[in-house]
Amino acid sequence: MIQLTINSKPARFDGDPDMPLLWYLRDELALTGTKFGCGMGLCGACTVHVNGEATRSCLTPMRAAAGKHITTIEGLHPAGEHPLQKAWEACNVPQCGYCQSGQIMQAAALLHSKPHPTDHDIDSEMQGNICRCGTYQRIRRAIKMAAGVEA
Amino acid sequence: MTPAISNVSRRGFLGQMFSAGALVLAAPLVRAAKADAVWQPSVYLAIEPDGAVKIVAHRSEMGTGCRTGLPMIVADELEADWARVQVIQALGDPKYGSQDTDGSCSVRDFYDILRTAGATARTMLENAAAAKWGLPESDCHGKNNFVVHANTGRKLAYGELVGAAAAAKVPDKSAVRYKTPDQFRYIGKDIPIVDLKPIVTGQATFGIDARMPGMVYAAIERPPVMGATIQTCDDAAARQVKGVAQVVMLDLAKPPYAFQALGGVAVIANNSWTALQGRKKLKVAWDAGENGAYDSAAYKQEMLDTARKPGRVAREMGNVDTEFAKGGKTLEASYYTPMLAHAAMEPVAAVAEFKNGKVVTFACTQDPQAVQDTVARAVGIKKEDVECHVTLLGGGFGRKSKPDYVAEAALLSKQVGKPVKIVWSREDDVHFDYFHSPAALYMKAAVDERGRPIAWLQRSVFPPIGMLWNANDEYGGSQLGMGWTDIPYPIPNLRVENGPAKPHVRIGWLRSVSNIYHAFGVQTFTDELAAAAGRDRVEYLLELIGEPRVIDFGKEGEKGARPDPKFPFDTARLRNVIEVAARNSGWANKKAAPGRALGIAAHRSFLTYVAAVAEVEVHNGEVRIPRMDIAVDPGRVINPDRVKAQFEGAAVFGTSIALMGEITAAHGRIQQSNFDLYPVARINEAPLETHVHIVASDAPPAGVGEPGVPPIAPAICNAIFAATGKRIRELPIKGQLS
Repeated sequence: MIQLTINSKPARFDGDPDMPLLWYLRDELALTGTKFGCGMGLCGACTVHVNGEATRSCLTPMRAAAGKHITTIEGLHPAGEHPLQKAWEACNVPQCGYCQSGQIMQAAALLHSKPHPTDHDIDSEMQGNICRCGTYQRIRRAIKMAAGVEA
Repeated sequence: MTPAISNVSRRGFLGQMFSAGALVLAAPLVRAAKADAVWQPSVYLAIEPDGAVKIVAHRSEMGTGCRTGLPMIVADELEADWARVQVIQALGDPKYGSQDTDGSCSVRDFYDILRTAGATARTMLENAAAAKWGLPESDCHGKNNFVVHANTGRKLAYGELVGAAAAAKVPDKSAVRYKTPDQFRYIGKDIPIVDLKPIVTGQATFGIDARMPGMVYAAIERPPVMGATIQTCDDAAARQVKGVAQVVMLDLAKPPYAFQALGGVAVIANNSWTALQGRKKLKVAWDAGENGAYDSAAYKQEMLDTARKPGRVAREMGNVDTEFAKGGKTLEASYYTPMLAHAAMEPVAAVAEFKNGKVVTFACTQDPQAVQDTVARAVGIKKEDVECHVTLLGGGFGRKSKPDYVAEAALLSKQVGKPVKIVWSREDDVHFDYFHSPAALYMKAAVDERGRPIAWLQRSVFPPIGMLWNANDEYGGSQLGMGWTDIPYPIPNLRVENGPAKPHVRIGWLRSVSNIYHAFGVQTFTDELAAAAGRDRVEYLLELIGEPRVIDFGKEGEKGARPDPKFPFDTARLRNVIEVAARNSGWANKKAAPGRALGIAAHRSFLTYVAAVAEVEVHNGEVRIPRMDIAVDPGRVINPDRVKAQFEGAAVFGTSIALMGEITAAHGRIQQSNFDLYPVARINEAPLETHVHIVASDAPPAGVGEPGVPPIAPAICNAIFAATGKRIRELPIKGQLS
């Protein structure tokens, strides 16, 4: 039995401990805001916070999530009004929207470690998150807006 | 087809849109007589007695913004209060007209129809108010969910008029009062997409997120080579995986493949992970069949060779051979662009339940009616008995027009007796794509003393999409109209040809389709001629297009030309976008320097005129794109912010094509499988700033989803030549500069 905390609520899992956290969130808890994109940590669509760190849930087996505090896009802010979510709305960032949960979770971790990121910081922190629609320049703008740095 | 505007109940529409309370009043006559019922004046909209306006989005949202833009058109003519509008996603149903969301035509094909739907309803509401007040209809105007009488200040809410309007006859089209463009309330304004909040909070439902009660999960081992057959299958280990319920055989598809499920061996399990794990334990030995000999490197050389031989003539003016034989100066070049995979961020996905001879499915599909057709054929039921709910699409780019994956879910549900969710890994999504054709192009020109072409031959060779329906198809067909036969240069001796290529994988359409390679050939060769003539690229390009004219392709030698009076090819608009892009990029003042330069390309596709100027920096073989300027004339624009977004995105999509995208095959098997081997542009590789300049136009709305893509790769490559002297004739660029 694996016990962990998901979006501040206790959760438990007694299946295959090798199963990635991604599928536990999506298939068992129906927290489908966390997306599957590649299964190899190459695209960032599945990004969640594990004890505050941006983490690829597709590569995080349940055994490694035991005892951890997991935050998903659904738990980022109780009203969906995290500064990044508001900036994302203000910049009308999404096109298809599929990768955006992962982008926002990655950006939230970035702002936590670097509250005033430069373009270089954004490039290096966000390059693991693919957006096939190509919303990158709006992502960049929204991160700067949320951080209150010159866009 | 054009759906009629009518004032009758449509059960499927109502069942989907309204509460059970509203459904009680299903019979049209009863409904019409009641003042408290929902009024549905067309298949695209309904108004509730409380004034809520429900507008149907009948096309699929894959990121283009059409789920917002199409309802904006209805709401504008209706004079609906956007805050009272609820967008309802349509089920697949021919009553809406085509729902095949590709070809960049959602707005183009439905602008007039949706305006009529909205204007008809508003006219009826205005008439109903006029009758109540005993005032002339022409003095009563719909305004933001009310009908108002300007002189007396009287007003009635739309909801209060629903009963009276519902009892009235639908006016003749001639009696419908349309707004003039200066009266537009939403059209031409930036409106945030309706799914914005659900997307940023993780609440939006994509195909991969859809669930049905009691569903099981399936992963399929499919034929690794097109046409491969099973020699042996050992599923013992797969069955022993905890959580695997059963292993099911699916019949293998036979050519022509169209949208058929490919077939194979399916592992049914209690979640996605277990299905994928079980599938890995299958031991299937395949007989590759004749496509097992397919090797994309050899195939590339074959295509390049074919492009050097005479092909079928699709357009001809004058006589290029005579001109070439004169012994004047000629230039020639071969180009190659590779196979590409769509690689939408969401792999294809669907859940389906077969029950009592009917199928219900939720799918990320670009074409729910094709789902109905394909699923019905696969499981042997009537099309009407397939209920297709369309989720949001996590990207589509043409892949999700082909519902083979939905057929898989339905076939498996029929076999296992439960709803089945089909799980495609990224590797599946890449291996079993409908690939964008590789293409070889051959270009040759004879030039005059000033370097201007007096004879021009171009020949393209690519395995055609037609193979989906005619397995032996080797020629381009209608794909030649995508940037090839419609080359806009008035050259007295011009020949446009196409050579054969036999397909060895499933070929499909990818965002802007054949325009990708055709624009690459034409716009790169144009740049080569300009360079050879020592001319400014923009000036030279404008000179080749010539004096503004509306092209009559029939008169200019196109075989079987079909004029489109609504969307003629007007070269003045093409010239204009070139000038706008050049001006905004600072073309005149940014002279090429070693390692840094601008490049231009222009292309009309999906009836939209686009020019792109790329600014590139090349250092140590690495290409950076600090800036891209894209000028676009797409006719009337519904939601400018979304149009800009499409071109910003096209710049990134085109950058992937230019720099890194390539699918190859060996022994008939696709060699790439995930984003490591099939990279797409990331934030640090994409253009840093893309500036989109929309040309104001009253022309009918044309396409925006695709036409941004074709000029990007040639603009980048032309800039690279200006910066480095290295001419890129094959994509992707990858290591060519190091």
